[in-house]
Amino acid sequence: MIFSFDLLINAIISGILIGGFYAAVTSGVSLSFGILDIVNIAHPAFIILGSYIAYIVNADLGFDPILTSIVMMPAFYLLGTAIYQVFYISFEKRGQESLRGLAFFFGLLFITEVSLVLYFGVDYRYVNAPYIGPTWHFGTVDVPLRIMVPCLVSLMLMAGLQLLLTRTFIGRAIMAVAQDQLALRLMSVDPIRIKRIAFGISIATASLAGAFLIIIQPVEPSVGRDYIGRIFAICVLGGMGSLPGTVIAAILVGVVESLTSTFYGPSWAPAVSFGFLLLTLAVRPAGLLGR
Amino acid sequence: MSELLEVDNLGKRFGGFVALDGISLSVPAGERLGLIGPNGSGKSTLVNCICGTLRNEQGSVRFEGRPVDGVPAHQRTHLGLARSFQLPRPFVSLSLVDNIRIPLLYTVSARGTHHTADYIEDHCHGLLREVGLEAKARRLPRDLTQVEMRKLELARAMAAEPKLLIADEAMAGLTHSEIEDILALLVRLNEQGVTVILIEHIMSAVMSFSRRLVVLVSGRKIADGRPEDVMRDPEVERAYLGQ
Amino acid sequence: MRTIPFFLISLAIAGLVFIAAFALDNDYYFFAGYVVLQYIVLSTAWNILGGYCGYVNFGTAAFFALGAYSTVTIYNLIGNNELPHVIPIPVLMLVGGVVSGIVGFGMGYLTLRLRGAFFSIATLALAVVLETLVVNWDFVGGSRGAFIIRPENMPVLGSYVRYLFLMMALLTVCSLTIARLIERSRLGYGFATIRDDELAAEASGVPTLRLKLIATTLSGALMGMAGAPYPYYIGYLQPDSTFALDYAVNAIAMPLIGGTTSWVGPLIGAVLLDSLQQIITVTISSAVNLLIVGCILVAFVIIAPNGILGLVHKYLQHRGDDFVGRRKVDPDAPGAATDVGAAPEAPS
Repeated sequence: MIFSFDLLINAIISGILIGGFYAAVTSGVSLSFGILDIVNIAHPAFIILGSYIAYIVNADLGFDPILTSIVMMPAFYLLGTAIYQVFYISFEKRGQESLRGLAFFFGLLFITEVSLVLYFGVDYRYVNAPYIGPTWHFGTVDVPLRIMVPCLVSLMLMAGLQLLLTRTFIGRAIMAVAQDQLALRLMSVDPIRIKRIAFGISIATASLAGAFLIIIQPVEPSVGRDYIGRIFAICVLGGMGSLPGTVIAAILVGVVESLTSTFYGPSWAPAVSFGFLLLTLAVRPAGLLGR
Repeated sequence: MSELLEVDNLGKRFGGFVALDGISLSVPAGERLGLIGPNGSGKSTLVNCICGTLRNEQGSVRFEGRPVDGVPAHQRTHLGLARSFQLPRPFVSLSLVDNIRIPLLYTVSARGTHHTADYIEDHCHGLLREVGLEAKARRLPRDLTQVEMRKLELARAMAAEPKLLIADEAMAGLTHSEIEDILALLVRLNEQGVTVILIEHIMSAVMSFSRRLVVLVSGRKIADGRPEDVMRDPEVERAYLGQ
Repeated sequence: MRTIPFFLISLAIAGLVFIAAFALDNDYYFFAGYVVLQYIVLSTAWNILGGYCGYVNFGTAAFFALGAYSTVTIYNLIGNNELPHVIPIPVLMLVGGVVSGIVGFGMGYLTLRLRGAFFSIATLALAVVLETLVVNWDFVGGSRGAFIIRPENMPVLGSYVRYLFLMMALLTVCSLTIARLIERSRLGYGFATIRDDELAAEASGVPTLRLKLIATTLSGALMGMAGAPYPYYIGYLQPDSTFALDYAVNAIAMPLIGGTTSWVGPLIGAVLLDSLQQIITVTISSAVNLLIVGCILVAFVIIAPNGILGLVHKYLQHRGDDFVGRRKVDPDAPGAATDVGAAPEAPS
């Protein structure tokens, strides 16, 4: 372990940037699990799906991955609404969402991953874009653009989502459905429709997150599994549905992971988020900014 | 005089909402206590805190002289506190008989008394008979009407052989004669030594059963005394008419 | 049937199966059969926590691997060639069981006070973390993997795989007996209340945390015991295949497809699903096989939530077994669906 101040600064900076990206990755689950109370453990699979779509379009047509993913967001939204509809009819209505709902999402995770393996194989895929190579240097601090660009766009996504939730009718209906479905009904708003919209938005974020992912690192189908622990750790730590909390938690996890990776080796990274998860659950399950 | 249950300055909040605001109450053994109040006044929250389903942030609960704060709900049941839920919570995959069997298996036997399987079986049927559900003994809760589910709730609480039974709106939706039956049942229990707290909206039942009446409004106790006196209290009148 | 006769009869059946395979004198049946038996144990173990208590464990691979890597650790500690003659499989199973049981207990202690969803997520993350630990620990081979040299033959039985099969068959009989015993005992009632309504269970005096810890520990221990002989079966243990998602998805799919409310469900599910998988893997490919398993799981969970057992129950509705399989529901009670010609069932 070679300790140097430069190394430390760079580890922290890159941790913060990765944290911004983690926030985007987690935002979908903050919506589906934090607010709607749906344990969608298949979320990473949709992110990987987004990565692969960005990859194909980039490889065949040369389009920018982030732009591609934004164009794909409506399709992901529709996919999300369809999945929620199946989930609602098969499980939520029958009150079986705990065991069978979980198994359902697990099955989806599995099917998606294996389908990607069958179609694309297990080779790592990556994209090309003008901001992927260069690194900005500020004295001893190196800021790789391929991490900074996703981080910035990700923070814009988080800001957009927060505005949606607090300023628009749909957004406030979504927050309300988490707290009191009956009241919503009395206001002639169908809570099921609201949940469907919210879940659709949740999956739509996965499209963007997928583009970020494949910009930051090469992707193969099983990469999603590393993110399950991270996503839920950040969601819980951030207070289950609080978007600002998610950002703070994501940056915290990003920095600790980066420090661990730099000074102890990258293969310990998955253990960091799990450690966070266990610690949070044991000590303060309401998270940092919990409700 | 030994108080069976002592609630001291109990407080409970949900986020910013104060559900219970410094409630103090003491219930002597053998009491027939009626607990009334408008919807949302905190009656069920109070029961949840007493029984350990919820944790109170403030104040303390003592049962038979010993503090039970932090004691898990199942242990409080072992000590002799039993309750029925306002919204019935039956074990949906178990038959009615098996629903009643659970407290006998886990509470009564935890106190050291060992019964044979036959005794338990008969005892379960007996309890179901007392609430008029014996005909459906082997059915599942989903085949019951709302009213029958409330009776099952009560029978299950009774099966725990409690020293203090809290009946939370067990009579909602019952016909007049069914109410009489349940009241008679509770009186019988009381005569056998069980202290009963009756939470109800049906005033006739509350007035005829209770020897003491407590009124809860917006998380605060506004009256505590003999039923006739309490009902004449102007603040109580205001609470009910003003709703 | 009381437990001891059940155990003895199951042993006899297992013995007959063994003798039949022996007579066919083709080791392939033992290799294939070992896998089926392994999955029966894993599914039964999963079902104790998942089907009986309602808590979903996604980290079956972690507990399985703990058993496997306990064996590797002992093997490396003692030295390469002497082990098969010094430490028999049942002892390895015991060690694997203890290690996995302790981890199950620990995880449960940390997460079971909270909602089931948090427990499930934690189990998912556990597999990833355990894999990280193994990959970083050179003593058990790290990412390169670990070799186990197994003896060629065992006295009386013949090839070593027959001995493995026999040991796994014994474990299977024990697991099924334990599951059945739980179902019929007070513990089974307690588990059912946890699954149905934990709050009401607590109010009725059921010590839910204690029971959940029992279930988690037992389930983890059985999974570890199933994993302990695995290094001997496979010869070369690699982290990515040991921690593979196959174990997780199979341990969930088999009980859900077979039926979660009784010990029979995981048995049916494991036998059917594993046989299907072995056929598909050989005829098409292993990746397609996994895809099919995933699709079957999703289809069953949506269409037949009570699994094959549930479908059978519906078909035989006039018999009216209640879900935990212990007490019979009275078909002549008013409102019960009855077959016109069926005789009324006497309460047992």
